[in-house]
Amino acid sequence: MNRKSLAAAFPHTVPVLMGYLSIGIVFGWMLSAADFHPVWSAIMSTVIYAGSGQYLGVDLLAKASPLADAAFLTLMINFRHLVYGLSMLEKFQGMGWRKLYMIFSLTDETYALLAGVRAPEGVDEKDFYFSIALLDHLYWIAGSVAGAVAGALVNINTEGIDFAMTALFLVIAVEQWQSNTRHAPVLLGAAGTLACLLAFGPENGRFLIPALFILVGGLLLMRPGLEASEALPEGGGAQ
Amino acid sequence: MTVMEIAALVAVMAVVTFLTRALPFLLFGRGGEPPKVALYLGRFLPPAVIAMLIVYCYRNVSFAAADGWAPAFIAGGAVVALHLWKKNNMLSIVGGTVLYMALVQAVF
Repeated sequence: MNRKSLAAAFPHTVPVLMGYLSIGIVFGWMLSAADFHPVWSAIMSTVIYAGSGQYLGVDLLAKASPLADAAFLTLMINFRHLVYGLSMLEKFQGMGWRKLYMIFSLTDETYALLAGVRAPEGVDEKDFYFSIALLDHLYWIAGSVAGAVAGALVNINTEGIDFAMTALFLVIAVEQWQSNTRHAPVLLGAAGTLACLLAFGPENGRFLIPALFILVGGLLLMRPGLEASEALPEGGGAQ
Repeated sequence: MTVMEIAALVAVMAVVTFLTRALPFLLFGRGGEPPKVALYLGRFLPPAVIAMLIVYCYRNVSFAAADGWAPAFIAGGAVVALHLWKKNNMLSIVGGTVLYMALVQAVF
């Protein structure tokens, strides 16, 4: 990586800069509102680096959740990353030690950028990808720390700020609804989980485990219909 | 919570998040085609899981009194409406959250 590749990458990352600063500020503020020192915000954003995962993390920390529950919920919320990796297998080939960092930093936004951009003339492709990944990560850390410090200094009533997690998931759901022609999976997800919530009760979110079985089982049953309606693109499912 | 307990939770989240990102490279990084069923689930499971997580967020609503459900549903409706209207993530999230905070702090 060098100045040239950073300079070439920067303009592409400006939308992520805006997005990560703002979503990161809300994350940091929530964490401070839950009474965790701003240092934790910096640590989480450096080593976890996942937007919706860290929103959920605030909830897990605030309730002092058991480690197994934290592992399960983190797995659930990050499941979509499996798809991102599938479509980046070739792109990251030959990146040496930086490949590990590219995999670690493969967030939704970085994935979207990497899937769409090409290195300009005269800039090494691998340096360019690495610069994008690194800049995005720095934006996320900067936003989280700014929000956490502001939350720790500004003394206002923050009751209800944890609703930001619900709002984030609703936004993702609206976007998925609009970009998908088939709504059976999302309806299955809502109905199956609601049934398990009613059957098992809300304690610790454990109803999500039977719900996951229903979702996977239901999707496998729907496979002929869904695949017929939307032919999978070659080599990867994500758009 | 002690520092160690917080650090343990953060470490679990970090490791699991990294594993979800690394698994495709571990399984298919040496060539070899991913199985069709994995691609299929990768394509259609995420929307189902987001619906699941929304239900999770609403797991503690109670219909015994208005303050048990109204703020979450009104603010949730506002998020969806804002996002359909302006398609701006920040506006939808901050707008809905500020409305929710106003509702739980001042109205209900």
